[in-house]
Amino acid sequence: MGERKIRVLIAKPGLDGHDRGAKVIARTLRDAGFEVIYTGLRQTPEMIVEAALQEDVDVIGLSILSGAHMALTPRIVELMRTSGLEDVKLLVGGIIPEEDISKLKEIGVNAVFGPGANSEDIVKFINEIVVV
Amino acid sequence: MPESDNLVEQVLAGNRRALARLISLVEDGTPEANEAISVLYSHTGSAYTIGVTGAPGTGKSCLVTELVKHLRTQDKRVAVVAVDPSSPFTGGALLGDRFRMRDLAGDPGVFIRSMATRGQLGGVARATFDVMRVLDAAGFDYVIVETVGAGQNEVEIARVADTVVLVDAPGMGDDIQAIKAGILEIADVIVVNKADRPGVKNTVRALKAMLELGHRKREISHHGQVMIQTDGFEKTLIDDMWQVPVLQTIATQGEGIEELAQAVLNHAEYLSSTGIQAERDRVRLQNELINRLRDRLVYDLLQRMPSQDLEKLVTAIAARELDPASAVQSLVSNSKHE
Repeated sequence: MGERKIRVLIAKPGLDGHDRGAKVIARTLRDAGFEVIYTGLRQTPEMIVEAALQEDVDVIGLSILSGAHMALTPRIVELMRTSGLEDVKLLVGGIIPEEDISKLKEIGVNAVFGPGANSEDIVKFINEIVVV
Repeated sequence: MPESDNLVEQVLAGNRRALARLISLVEDGTPEANEAISVLYSHTGSAYTIGVTGAPGTGKSCLVTELVKHLRTQDKRVAVVAVDPSSPFTGGALLGDRFRMRDLAGDPGVFIRSMATRGQLGGVARATFDVMRVLDAAGFDYVIVETVGAGQNEVEIARVADTVVLVDAPGMGDDIQAIKAGILEIADVIVVNKADRPGVKNTVRALKAMLELGHRKREISHHGQVMIQTDGFEKTLIDDMWQVPVLQTIATQGEGIEELAQAVLNHAEYLSSTGIQAERDRVRLQNELINRLRDRLVYDLLQRMPSQDLEKLVTAIAARELDPASAVQSLVSNSKHE
């Protein structure tokens, strides 16, 4: 009688305080019918992965504007692996230089969405990669 | 071995990943979840459940965070179920309570789960109840449920929690008006949070005054044992009635939390020493049984009935050829003949 819902964690690792993008995305995903867990600013990689585990999310969305993405993302990928969250999809948004995108994808990030990314594309992407 | 057996074993062994997964299955209402619960059920009944309810913005999440911290100092394992509303239009939800509970991150004795109401076919209350059972079986000493900010669900919480904590705050006069209709009657402990704000005395006084009115009403119909209807939920009351305390807290500074924890303990002690706990459990389980039966019968009936039959009836009702009650009568008697 129930219905499977896609659950997404939106988190901001690192120290920059710009959470507007993360909030906009959280709302967009909510309006797309997803259940969005919003954890807010200044999350450590440990906090993010533990939250993703407890909330049993299908997708983790990271918003990083500090330039620390090459330090934070690998750490999160590593923790996801040790916590048994290999099947959880990982998206990164924010300010990511072109040359880092392929590096992030190599370590296991499913997609990178920069400034100006179309929110419909993000919704479509999530609907496609999550096996319901 | 079916997946559910495996999950159940892992949940009982304390695997948090399995616990989170099983909660999702329960929320989604899968057959695996039902199987799992039938196995887990014998492991339930040892967690103490606390419901925290109140208007939006009164500080429920902060208060829950502080209460959990306090219980952790006594080495109790605590699970939190934080409920936020689903959009009635898209079915999506923004679950933001965890955001305010960040102080609890990294503590292996705490498990926080955000839940959307998913308001369909009574699914909320049932899923919440079953999620609490899973957490109970997983060995948590306390399971705390934080309800959505307003609405009927707040009365629903009395169906699932041993102690209901109602949170209010000064300067929300209209909310007092809003809550006096039923929610005060289900409160076991009342907290006026943000007690450093002006107007706290007035809020406390107003709440106490309303409680006294409530008590007088109860005592009039009070002879030995009385059943009181609270929005369909029956509470059995016996002679020595619980005096609902009105406490003051400043959750952001951790003030008054010890008193709150003590009040919850006192209430738990009251419930068990008077035998009300057992009585409440029975009433609660009976309600659940009836609700489940109702859901199941309606579901079965709709499954058996060709959809065009239902549409025909709706057309007839809309054309004022048939009234809804008679339509139900004909549906039920038809199904008996089958």
